[in-house]
Order: sequence, then C-alpha cells, then structure tokens
Amino acid sequence: MNFDNWLLVFILLSSFVTGLIIFFLKEEAHRLRTLLNLFGALLKVVLVGVMIVGVQADHVYESRLELLPGLDLVLRADAMSVLFATLSSVLWLVTTLYAVGYLEGEPHRSRFFGFFSICVSATTGVALAGNLMTFLIFYELLTLSTYPLVVHRGTEKSLQAGRTYLIYTLSGGALLLLGTVWLHTLAGPVEFSLGGALAQVATQHRSELIAIFALLITGLGVKAALFPLHGWLPQAMVAPAPVSALLHAVAVVKAGAFGIVRVVYDLFGVHTAEALGVLAPLAGIAAFTIVYGSVRALFQDDLKRRLAFSTVSQVSYIALGTALFGYLSTIGGLTHLVHQGIMKITLFFCAGIFAHTLGVHKVSEMAGLGLRMPWSMAAFTIAALGMIGVPPFAGFVSKWYIGMGAVGSGSYWAVAILAASSALNAAYFLPILHAAWFKKRVDPWPADHAHGVGEGHWMLLAPPLITAALVVAAGVLANAPFSPLEWARHITEIEYGK
Amino acid sequence: MTLWDTTPWLVWSILLPLIAGILTFLFRRAAPWIGIATALGSAVSVAGLTAQVMHSGPLRYSVGGWGVPLGIDVRADGLSVLMLVMSAVIGVAVSVYAAQYFSDADAADEHADQAHQRAYFWPLWMFLLAGLNGLFLAADIFHLYVTLELLGFSAVSLAALAGKRAALVAAMRYLLVSLTGSLFFLFGVAILYAAYATVDLTALAGSVLPGPLAWAALAMMTVGLLIKGAVFPLHFWLPPAHANAPAPVSALLSALVVKASFYILLRLWFELFSAVVTPAAGTLLGLLGAGAILWGSLQALNQSRLKLLVAYSTVAQLGYLMLVFPLARNADSAFTAWSACIYFVLAHACAKTAMFLAAGNIAHAAGHDRIAELDGITHALPLSVAAFSLAGISLIGLPPSGGFIAKWMLLQAAISSGEWGWATLILAGSLLAAAYVLRVLWHAFTQVEVARPLHRVPRTMEWSALALSLLAVLLGLMAAQPVKLLHIGAPMSVHAPGQL
Repeated sequence: MNFDNWLLVFILLSSFVTGLIIFFLKEEAHRLRTLLNLFGALLKVVLVGVMIVGVQADHVYESRLELLPGLDLVLRADAMSVLFATLSSVLWLVTTLYAVGYLEGEPHRSRFFGFFSICVSATTGVALAGNLMTFLIFYELLTLSTYPLVVHRGTEKSLQAGRTYLIYTLSGGALLLLGTVWLHTLAGPVEFSLGGALAQVATQHRSELIAIFALLITGLGVKAALFPLHGWLPQAMVAPAPVSALLHAVAVVKAGAFGIVRVVYDLFGVHTAEALGVLAPLAGIAAFTIVYGSVRALFQDDLKRRLAFSTVSQVSYIALGTALFGYLSTIGGLTHLVHQGIMKITLFFCAGIFAHTLGVHKVSEMAGLGLRMPWSMAAFTIAALGMIGVPPFAGFVSKWYIGMGAVGSGSYWAVAILAASSALNAAYFLPILHAAWFKKRVDPWPADHAHGVGEGHWMLLAPPLITAALVVAAGVLANAPFSPLEWARHITEIEYGK
Repeated sequence: MTLWDTTPWLVWSILLPLIAGILTFLFRRAAPWIGIATALGSAVSVAGLTAQVMHSGPLRYSVGGWGVPLGIDVRADGLSVLMLVMSAVIGVAVSVYAAQYFSDADAADEHADQAHQRAYFWPLWMFLLAGLNGLFLAADIFHLYVTLELLGFSAVSLAALAGKRAALVAAMRYLLVSLTGSLFFLFGVAILYAAYATVDLTALAGSVLPGPLAWAALAMMTVGLLIKGAVFPLHFWLPPAHANAPAPVSALLSALVVKASFYILLRLWFELFSAVVTPAAGTLLGLLGAGAILWGSLQALNQSRLKLLVAYSTVAQLGYLMLVFPLARNADSAFTAWSACIYFVLAHACAKTAMFLAAGNIAHAAGHDRIAELDGITHALPLSVAAFSLAGISLIGLPPSGGFIAKWMLLQAAISSGEWGWATLILAGSLLAAAYVLRVLWHAFTQVEVARPLHRVPRTMEWSALALSLLAVLLGLMAAQPVKLLHIGAPMSVHAPGQL
C-alpha cells in the first residue's frame, strides 16, 4: 500500500467514520462521544499537517476512483487545496470543542455530531477535489449534511429556514451540475490545475464557455451568498451557534467562495477568464454585494442576523479579489478566504456565548457586556476590528492587498468600494463595541445562566480566545513563513505563471 | 475449463425458482427458508453467468439441445446480465425482509388473515422470480410473451394478497390492465410470426422491413408494454395496486415487475425493430416520459399517504426511462443514453425497494401511513428513516448515488446532442423529486413527543431496507464496471467520439 495514494482518503475518512460511529452512540454516551469527536478532529489536523509538510517537499498526493469510463473521482493536494483544507480542519477542531460545550444537555446530540462530522468530511472533500465532478459530489454532500444541522432545533422556524436553505442550494446545485456536464461534453474530463486548464478549449468554444462560466458561478454563488442569491443565509441563523460558525467560516459559504476561486484560477485560468471577459461582471456583482450586505447589516438589531449580512458582504471580498485580475488582489482574495474565516468564527462563537450564558440576542441588549464578560468581549472586539480592517489585525492585511491590486489593475472604483465598505463595517460594529464597553448596564440580563458572575463555560470561552489570537497572529506575523498571506502569495505566483 | 465455467447458469437461474415455487407450495412451514435459499441460489447462478458473459461475450444456449426453430433458446448479453443481477440482489433483500414481515406476531392484528398471506406469498414470489429471470434471458418474442404472462399473473395475485377491499379492487383493475397489455403484445407477436414465420429475436431483426405490417406490430407491442409498464398516461392502475399491497410486494412490483416491460421495449426498439422505428416515434415516447415525470411528481406532492407518494414516485421515475428513445437517436450519444437508462433502472430498483420497505416499517410501527402524522417517527425508527433518506437521495439524483450517475449520463447524452429541452426536464424532475422526498423528511426533524405507542419493528426488517438504500448510494461509485459490461452485446456503436 502506497501511503501517498491513501493519505487524502484517510483525511476524508478521519471525520466521516467518526460521524458514522457517532450516529450509533446512545444519547447518554456523552464522554465517549466527546472523546471520539476530539479524536477525529485531532487526527484530521495531524493528517493535514503531514500533507502540508509533504506538499512543501513536492510530494504528489493523489487518489483516484473510476466513476465512469473516462471520468474519475480525483482527490489531489495542491497548494490551493492545502489552504482550504488547513483552514477547515483547524477551525473544525475548535468548533467541535465549542459545540460540545454549547449543546451540553440538549437532545439529539448523536444526530447532531454525526452530521457535524460528515459535514466536515464534505468540506475537506471540496478542498481536495481534483476535478469539477469530484468538487460537485462533495459540494452536494455538504448541502445534505448541513441541512439536518440547520433544522436541528426542530421548531417551525428552523424547519422553514431549512426549507429555504434547500430550495436555494439544490437549485444552485442543479445549475452547477448542468454547467459541469456541459463542460464535460465540450472538453472531456478536465482536471483542476494551477494556472487553468481551458486555454485550448477557449479558442474554439468561446460563447459556450462564457455560458458555462455563468452557470458555474451562479451555482456556486448560492453558497457564497452573492447578491441576489444570499436569501437563505440570514434565515439560517436560527440554527445553533456552532452551526452558524461552521456555515459561515468553515464549510458552506466558504465552499462556495472556494469554488469560485477554483473555477476562475484552476479551471478556466485567470488569463483565459480575463480573455473571455467574464471577470468584470463577476467583480461588479461582488462589489455590489459587498456594499449591499453592509448596508443591510446596519439595520439588523438581532446580533446573529447582523453578523450574517456581514458575512454576505465579507465573503464577496474573496470574489472581488479573485475577479479583479491583479496579482496583488488575488493574494488579497485568497488571504481573505482564511482571514474572514477566523474572524467570523470568532464573532459567532462570541454571539453564541452571549446568547447561551446571558440570553442576549440583540444588539440593543448588549450594554455593559464588556464588564460582565471581558474575555469574550475582548475576543469579539478583536475580530470586529479585524473585520473593519483596522491594523494590525488580519482583515487589514487582506483588504490592503485587494486594494493594492485594484490600484495596480487600474480599477479605482474597487478602491472606493473597499473604503465605503470599511466605513459601513465601522458603522455597524463600532456601536456594538461602544455599548458593550462604555455603556452602563441598567436592566438585568434577559436570562442569566451563570448567576450574576463570570464568563461562559470554559469550553465555550477557549475557542474564541484561540481564534482571536489567530486573528492577531495572522495580522502581526503576516510575513512569517506558512502564514496565510505567504501561502496565498505562493499560490498566486503559480497561478500567474511567475 | 472448470465446472463453474461450463455450467449453464442461465438455465439454473430460471429453473431454481420454478422448482422452489412448487416446493414452497407443498412445504408451507419451510417456505421462508426455501425462499431465501432460492433467492441466494439464484444470485449464485447469476454471478456464474456474469463471469461467463464477461469472459466470453454474449451467450446463447439451446435448452435440451433442440435449437431454433423447434426448441427454446435462452441468451444473455450485458443488458440481460445487469437485469438479472438487479433481480437477484433485490430478490435476496426482499426475501429476508418478507421472512420476517409475514411471520411477525405483531402484524397479525394489522393484516387480515396472516396465515393466508404467508402461505401464498412464497410460491407466488418464486414464480414471479422465475418469470422475471426467464424474461431477461428470452431469445424469442413468444418466449417473451409467455414469461410476461407468468410475471403478470403472479404480480396480480401478489397485489391481491392483502385481501382487503381496496387491495382487491386495485388488483382486479391490475389484472384487466395486465391482460389487455398482454393481448396487445400477443397480437404483435402473431403479426410478426405470420409475416416472417419465425419468432426468434435475432432472426427477425435481420428480416423485418419498414412497412405497414411492421409498424402495426411495433405499435401493438409498444402499446401493450406501455400499459403493463405504467407509462404515463397509462399509469392509472399502478398507484393503488402498489400502495395497497403488503410492503415486500409493493417493493417487488415497483422495483422489478414494471422494469420487465421496459426491458422488452428496449429489445424491440433497438434490436428487433431498429430498422423500423422513426425519430418522431422516439420523440413521442420521450414526451410520454416527460408527462410521467411531471405528472407523477406533482401527484406525489399531493398525496397524504406515504405509500401512495412512493408509488407515484415510481410513475415519475419510469418517465426518465422513456428518455432513452429520443436521446439515443444521435449516434454519438446513443450508447451514453442507453447506459444512462439501464443504470437508472438499477439505481431506481435499489432505491425504490429500500423506500417501500422503509415505508412498510414506518406504517407497521405507526399503524398507519398518513404523512401528516409521522412526527417523531425518527425516534422509533432511526434506521428506517435513514434508509428512506438515502433512497431519496438516489431518487432525487444527488451525488454520489446511483441515481446521480444515471442522471449525469442522461444529461451528457442530452447536452452533447444539443437537446436542451430534455436536459431542462431532467433537472426540473430532480427538483420536484427533492420536494416530495422532503415532504416526508420534514417530519423526521420535528420535536414532538409521540403520544401513541409504536409497534416494534424487527431489526432485520430495518436493516434490509437500509442495506438496499446504501447500495443505491454506493452504485454511484461503482458505475464503471456495469457500463463496461453493457458494451457486451450493445445494439449500437460503443466507441463513437465523446462516448463513455
């Protein structure tokens, strides 16, 4: 048995098998389930670590299974997949810890953690997919495994949200499928390769490729919450906080954004996409979504809804960076894939703590929160400042690069968008920070489960502190080797053939 | 040459269930064991036959050595082997399920006259299996007719097995429809025999010429098969017949019996009458399929009973099979469309059996199958709900299931021949299927305390449903081998550019 051919399969199975076992555990088997969860998550991180080291040393990790004559299921580790796989496996580990603490004593935990694990396998599959068909398979598996998480509470409202979620994602999936099959009939089995794979085909089938690009991006845009396909995301907020964290930072939205990056760079190739003239419309939609999401976020009093619209806006930075056709903006977009993940997951962790410990769901209820929960609020503050783009936090770095790229490619309008969006981000985050740190608490907390003192459970508190530390580290140590920025730079060099 | 290589496995796959049909009738106590053993034995014969066909190509065997025109010939190619594998796998799972279903003490008060059901299920099921295997191996159209009748009679009797009024009415209608269909088919056989003095498929294929006679025969036989195959708008008899039968019977009827008619249609349109059929006729069949997909799905969305929903889903899914007729016209995509529909048959058989068995478990546990009152069923039957969901994934055509691969190939055939209308239809059908499957799963996640006590469901019944649903999903990952098997004896060029 050749280990190099099996590593990627093991990475997938580390969470998939865990999930299957967890389904069959009794509800009361709390310790065993937690142990399995953490074991699976740690194992995955270790295996991904092995993969990073291997890829760095020019090992080729690839696994294939023949699906149909001439069409393979391909798992392959390249620089791009390593970026996303690392993000999702590390954040999964912290989210698991958080979810164990968050759902303590609630019903249906075996079902929850089973699907939770399968969801992460699907995400890793999306990261490691070596061709569009494989990507599609895991992308749909992701839809299926997240649905039970969204409707986990089983209330009328969450079922409604789940229905909306499926209507959006399954329709998007159908378009993606159509585009994938069409491309397959035109170009045969095309595999992702850094730099693109369709330059040859583009010379003969220009108009078809433009249509295929539109189909693929529309299909992916549903999960990436591009306007006007974002409607499901704010509704999905009824899900438990760990699920929101997962949806926004690790799995669903990220899978959509990652898919857009893959299609532009590794399927079409950035030069081919530019030559087809499909990047400008994408950049336009992304820019509009950035502003639109921020404006909508301003008017939300529900904290999680505000964060959801913030995601709509922030994820489009990735799409914008991708579509600007500038070396530096590509670096910025790819970096933001990681940075937005660690910042947004911190925010959702904290929102979950506020709701879980004190019953605080609304922005208007947050006065005095900083004094009551200084640690949680500090983590929230770091992530929020990062989102606004304040140096030296992570968000600043990626926004800076996107902006520099926009200047470099002459797209000054994009710089204006970035500036406007940062102002809007400040407008919807700063009042929260102000209320939490500087306003005095008058009313009692809506539902104080910690009896007047202290922070939430340590399992809830540790994850946001870790991710907030990552937000700081990613900003301060942006030039260190293996930082998201450096890795993105490495990928971009290959994509642009430098 | 070992004994394994030289045994005429194709004959055994017919003979074993025939013998078992008589044995189970005589030895009623041992009937479940004989039934399971026969299903396994038949599966072994099919495995042997598969190895032979893969090794040495299409087979033909003259029973008793008489040969054409006197004796009965049987033959096997890639298509028939796949159909046999399907009936073998489904047969084993349903037999295991049925052994438990018809002996469970709890069920006695649910179903009238339990002993009577147990006594007649096994012989009828064995004859049905014999008819089915015989049909897939038939080398001439008269033999096809005979096996079709055997199949039809045992299917009708099985549908009547529940003995309740609704079941009897449905079975009576099924009987009349089935007889009408057979008569149409027989007319066609008679016309061909009168004109060409042979009933052998291969011989006829070489001599049938376009003309009024051939058109009449084709039309007669096709209409007969469309009736028996419940193709829209001739599907009216299927939902009540399938929904009122006991769960294992519903599974057999929906998964296997209707597929037999489709199999004969394939043989007729692509082999016997390949020189006769016109593109317009293919389009017409495709349009019927489109009607089936839309109408069946919408009806499924409207049902308040679970088993009726599943039955209407069969009507819809059969529609996809009809798409082979328009899509296989283009020589470049013919083999892709051909493989797609045949793989669709396999995937649907596994998924639909799993779904009917799971629905049977749910109905058995809850004492009813009203969809609106299924809240909380997941707590009692997590495995059955899982089976239902996995089967649903394949029916919708979501990856990585067998249904997905089949739809992938269908879309590939449609797009590469520029048939965007069919491609849109396929995707629309998937979304409709998602809607009706989710109508049921909606209740899997509601948080309601169950007021009524639920009947216990034996583990084997839950696991046989789950096993088949897993297979339906895993079919998506092992399509390469079956498609290569279809190369053997395919009635079209398999190596056109852009092919599978």
